[in-house]
Formats: sequence, structure tokens, C-alpha cells
Amino acid sequence: MTTLTTPIVPQGWSQRLLWLGIAITGAAAAGGIALNRGESINAIWFIVAAICTYLIGYRFYSAWIAARVLMLDETRATPAERLADGRDYVPTNRWVVFGHHFAAIAGPGPLIGPTLAAQFGYLPGTLWILVGSVLAGCVQDMVILFCSMRRDGRSLGQMARDELGPIGGFAALLATFLIMIILIAVLGLVVVNAMKHSPWATSTVAATIPIAVFIGLYMRYLRPGRVLEGSLLGVVLLLLSVGAGGWVDQQAGLREWFNHPGLPLAFAVIGYGLLAAILPVWLLLAPRDYLSTFMKLGTVILLAVAIVILQPEIKMPALTQFIDGTGPIFAGSLFPFVFITIACGAISGFHSLISSGTTPKLLENERDIRMIGYGGMALESFVAIMALIAACVLDPGVYFAINSPAGIVGATPEAAVATITSWGFPVTVEQMNQLATTMGEATLFARTGGAPSLAVGMASIFASAFGEHLLAMWYHFAIMFEAVFILTTLDAGTRVGRFMLQDMLGNFSPKLGQTSWYPSVVLTSTIVVAGWGYFLYIGVIDPNGGVNILWPLFGISNQLLAAIALTVATSILIKTGRIKYLWVTALPLLWLLILTTTAVFEKISSTDPRIGFFAAASDLQHKLDAGLLAADKAAVAPQLIFNQQLDAWLAMLFVVLLYLVVGDMLRMAWRRQRGLSILPSSETPYVARQHLQSAKE
Amino acid sequence: MKQFIKSCWAMLRQLSGDDAYERYLRHQLLAHPDQTPLDRKSFFQREQERKWNGVKRCC
Repeated sequence: MTTLTTPIVPQGWSQRLLWLGIAITGAAAAGGIALNRGESINAIWFIVAAICTYLIGYRFYSAWIAARVLMLDETRATPAERLADGRDYVPTNRWVVFGHHFAAIAGPGPLIGPTLAAQFGYLPGTLWILVGSVLAGCVQDMVILFCSMRRDGRSLGQMARDELGPIGGFAALLATFLIMIILIAVLGLVVVNAMKHSPWATSTVAATIPIAVFIGLYMRYLRPGRVLEGSLLGVVLLLLSVGAGGWVDQQAGLREWFNHPGLPLAFAVIGYGLLAAILPVWLLLAPRDYLSTFMKLGTVILLAVAIVILQPEIKMPALTQFIDGTGPIFAGSLFPFVFITIACGAISGFHSLISSGTTPKLLENERDIRMIGYGGMALESFVAIMALIAACVLDPGVYFAINSPAGIVGATPEAAVATITSWGFPVTVEQMNQLATTMGEATLFARTGGAPSLAVGMASIFASAFGEHLLAMWYHFAIMFEAVFILTTLDAGTRVGRFMLQDMLGNFSPKLGQTSWYPSVVLTSTIVVAGWGYFLYIGVIDPNGGVNILWPLFGISNQLLAAIALTVATSILIKTGRIKYLWVTALPLLWLLILTTTAVFEKISSTDPRIGFFAAASDLQHKLDAGLLAADKAAVAPQLIFNQQLDAWLAMLFVVLLYLVVGDMLRMAWRRQRGLSILPSSETPYVARQHLQSAKE
Repeated sequence: MKQFIKSCWAMLRQLSGDDAYERYLRHQLLAHPDQTPLDRKSFFQREQERKWNGVKRCC
């Protein structure tokens, strides 16, 4: 049976006192945040509450899950040991696996979601990031990692097929593919909005491409395989490119080369995505990934240090009036949309793909899944808390002026500040112009997507902590950091989408399924890029900013994938006789079912055109028929109407896919209960570690 | 202290894949002593192709 070294309850008085102290500190900090009204509150309390929550969750809940539910067994050989081949299956030190796993799961989602969700005030976002991660997100990552580890590192799609059958397997695969398309589109939109009419940002982001190519050539031909050296060189070049962008911005002629509205930038991103998907990986994708990983870890650590040094005051109120659903950044009431918007910071379906990808093939010992699965997500959630802090240290007026689309608050600066001030968040045109000048931008009004506002927040924190005079530099550093990291997801996501599509098409034509056949590579890459390119294009021409539509759709799809992963996990718990502890995954699953179903229901049936897709389509149609739209808006209206309807059908398809998988699980559970035949558990049988070691010698 | 810095450096190299070739040589020596291992360049080319055929990054 289980042989774990960590007892569920701490042994000895000093240990017990220590954990009691952590619990009291955490409760005091969280209580202070939650009950504070009126007075300003220091960001350090968010950090304290977060760290104590993760510590308690990790020390007690994950230890309990490991011992009682999963029954991790240190004597059992892991796939890395049994199947060691020196390539995919390699027993690896747990800190190294933790690093790989965290680098893989940490993406731009936890930076953007909390920034957008700050429109409800700091409290709802903070509470969900903490509670959601400890009780749902970390649990999902850990249990999926466990399931995959006990199945030779099989993927989520394969596990769904093995445990539930072909229908569940196909639904999981299709849902993952569609999520990828929406995800890439929304991330592309975020980058486009950050570069719009900003020669500095655009030239810096553009420079990251030749830098990545150079590093790719360097690591392949000049100094093959010298990863650290190459990455360090690349990071230095990236930092120089931030400075060079500032210089470009000063040159009257040169700056016009990089001064573009959204649409040409969107086409540039689409063209880049296609290129990155069909070029060899070593030239662009791999070096970019090395650079983005270093930038990401460096910036996250820097941000944490800066927050601790500076201890900024939170200026956002605990709750805003927008909890009623009238928010300017995205429409929809607190429930379910705060959960949908935070998405990855609390629970991310995408992590289940990583937890059933490379990570399970590296584990040296079963006990490591606690630290890697549960701990990795806790750290990711901490990144989300820091993004939330960065949004909430801004003046609320400034925050809303940056993040609200022109279609909601008014196209001119005067109109925008008047609207935002009337909400009770005072802001002036002078204040915004002054801020834009210090950040080296022409304007910061209506820079939707979360990236510019996060960059302003990060820049003010960095500048106060490490030197006030470099604000513009810090701002563009933050933009570059976000862009590098988003473009990496865009490249990698397009490639993964291509593999999935080839996998699906391979069922009909084996030739198309060959990942090395170049015509198929070009064809499938084009289809994937066209898919996300379409949504990106619509997002850019939408006067309400696109993020308003795309981010909730992304959040819904991400939470849906998490629900599919939890369904697979719950099925496995049922089959392996862990009925008593079913609630560990079943309760988060039930919550996600309620959440996504409500969100999709509202997105489809709401009569408010800012929330309901169909309502928006018919509202626009009425305005178009009555001739109420200006010529430029009337020209794009038919496309927007079609898109709203498409989004509605897509949202419905998502829910259908989810219920197919859940239905498959319930059918299996019912058959098992009745004693009818079910697919057997695909867990690999026990092999002892010692036995294997002595056999090898 | 020196030992600690040394192990941190080794971990950083392993994390980034900087020492992948050395690890490969060690593995080849143990598991397939009869084969001639790839040179550094060909090994790295093969590795990058393989490493990127799957889900590596998320949102």
C-alpha cells in the first residue's frame, strides 16, 4: 500500500505551532483584504494571503490527496524508470522537472485574465484565484499528472479514448483543437492592440523576430547546442531592442515605418504565424521559446521582488458597480463571468495537456507529482495574483481609460474621460496625456486587451522600485516581454493545432496524416492560421474592441477543457475503486459544469446585445436596416453580424462536446454500478522499483 | 557553499538543456556501448525536431 514520507498531520509541537502560525497569518491577511472598506490597502497583504493559502493547501490538501485518494507509492517504478530510453522517458531530478513543467504551463493567460477581471474590483478576482487554484486548478493538474503517469505518460485525448471510448476521445480532441484556435486569436488581438500606432512597441516586437532567427542559427551552426550561452546573448539583444525601439520612435521618417493601425498589424501577425508554422522549428520557434522562457521567469521574479520592496497601495475598490454586468471591458455579471475571465489563474484546462505530455515521462518517483502537479499550479496562480496587483495599483480612472473600448466610452479623449468620471472613477485628459508621454506612447486611451494596462502597472512598480526616470523604458520592456511570450504561444499553438488537424485528417487520408509530408504541412498550417486569423480579423474591425467577445469565448473554452480533463480524472477514480473520494475531482467538475453552462446560456439567450451573441446580431441588423450606422460601420456590419452568430453556434458546440464526454462518463458509471461490462482501467500494472534496479545490475 | 553553487549551476544547465549532449553521451555509453554516438551538431538537430513535436506551451 501507500508508503509516503509526508504524514498528513504535522508531527511534533514545533511543526504544529509553525503551521498554526501560517494558518493564522494567512487568515488574518485574507480577512483584512476581504473586510477592508474605504481605506487603501497595501499590496503586501495580497502576497502574504496568497503565500499562506498555497502553503496550507500544499501542506495539507495535496498531502491528503497524495496519501488517501491517489495512494502514491514510492516503491512503484515510474514510466521514466521502466521505459527509460534516454529521450522521452528519462528519470529526472524533481526540481528540474518542476522547472520544465512550470515553464510549460506558465503562459500569458494568468497575466491578462486577472487584469481584465479587475473591472469588478480587487476582491472577486483575488478570492477566486486563491480558492480556485487550491481546490480545483492544482487538484486537476496533480490528478491528471497522476493518471497519465500510471498510463505510461499517455495524453489526455488517448486517456479519454481508453477510459471512455471513441466518442469521448473524439470530443476531447475536437474541443482542444477549437480552444487552440480561439486562444491564438485572442492572444494575437492582445499583441495587435499593444502595437497599434506605437512605433516603439511595433519596432521592438518586430526586432524580436530577427533576434530569434539569429539565435536559432547561432545554436545550430555557430555553437551547436550551447543553449545557455545562446539564450543569454538573445536576452541581451532583446533588452537592446527595447532601447533601439525608443530611438526609432524619435526618428521622424523611420517611425512611420512602424506606425500602423490595427488591421495591417493583424495581417502581419497572421503572415508571421503562417511563416512560423511552416519554417523549420530550429530557425524560429525553438530559439524564441528559449528566449521567452528566460524573459518570463526573469520578469516574474523581478515583479515579485519589486512588489515586496515597494509595497504599493491598491487603489482599486474592493468591488465596483460593474458586478451587475454593465462593465465596460467585458459585459456580464460577476457570476459566472469573473470565473470565466480569470480562467488560467485559478484553473486551466490547458495544463491537463502538459500534465499528460512530457512531464509524466520524466518523473523519477511517484511522490514528485505532488510538488510538480500541485506546486506548479500554485506558483502559476501566484503569477496571476501579481498581475491582479499590477492592475489594481493603477488609479481606477486610468485603468478604465486604458482598457475600455472606444465603442463604449466614446471615441474622443474628452468623451472617454467624461464617461469614466461619471462612473465615479475621476480621470482627466491631461492626466492621460501626461501618462502617455512618460510611457513614450502617443495615447493610452482604449488600448484594450490588458497588455498595455499591465505594462503601465508593471512599469510604475518597476520604476518606483528601481528608478523613476526610466518609465518609458520599463513600459516597453513590459510590452516586449508580453509580446515575446504571446508570439511563442502563437507559434507553438499553431504547430500543435496543425498536428491535431493532421491526426484527425489522417483518419480519412493517411497521406494527409503524415507530419513530414510537406504539402500536408502547408495545407494544415494554412487551415489553422486561417481559423484563428479569421477571429483576429473580426476582433480588430469590431468597434467594441473584440476582446469583449473573444476573451469570454476563450475563458469558456478553457474552463470547458478543464471540465473534460476532470471528467476523465473522475472516470479513472470511479474505475479504480476510489468512489469514497470521488468528490475531490467531481465537485470541481460540477462547479465548472454549472459555470460554463450558465456562461454559454447567457451568451446565447441574453437579450442584452453586449452579452448575448444573437441579441448583438439582431441589434446590429436593426441598426443597419434603419440606416443608423455611419458608412464605415455599415460596411463591416454584415461581417460582425455573421461573426456573432458563428460565436453563438461555436459556444453551443462547446457545451455539446462537454456534455458528450460527461454523458459518456455517467454511462460508464451506471454500467459499472449495474455490473455490466465497461472498458477496463488502462493503468499499467505495478512494478517495484527495487526489483527493477536489482534486475538491471 | 561551493558545492551548493555547483549543484545550482548543474541544475540550471540541465533545466535549459545546455548539458543535453553530455547526458546523451553518458546514456549511449551505458545503454548502447556498441554504437557510435552522434556528434554534437547532429544530436542537437535531431533533438530540436523531436522536442517540438507535441504540446510544449500553453496559455
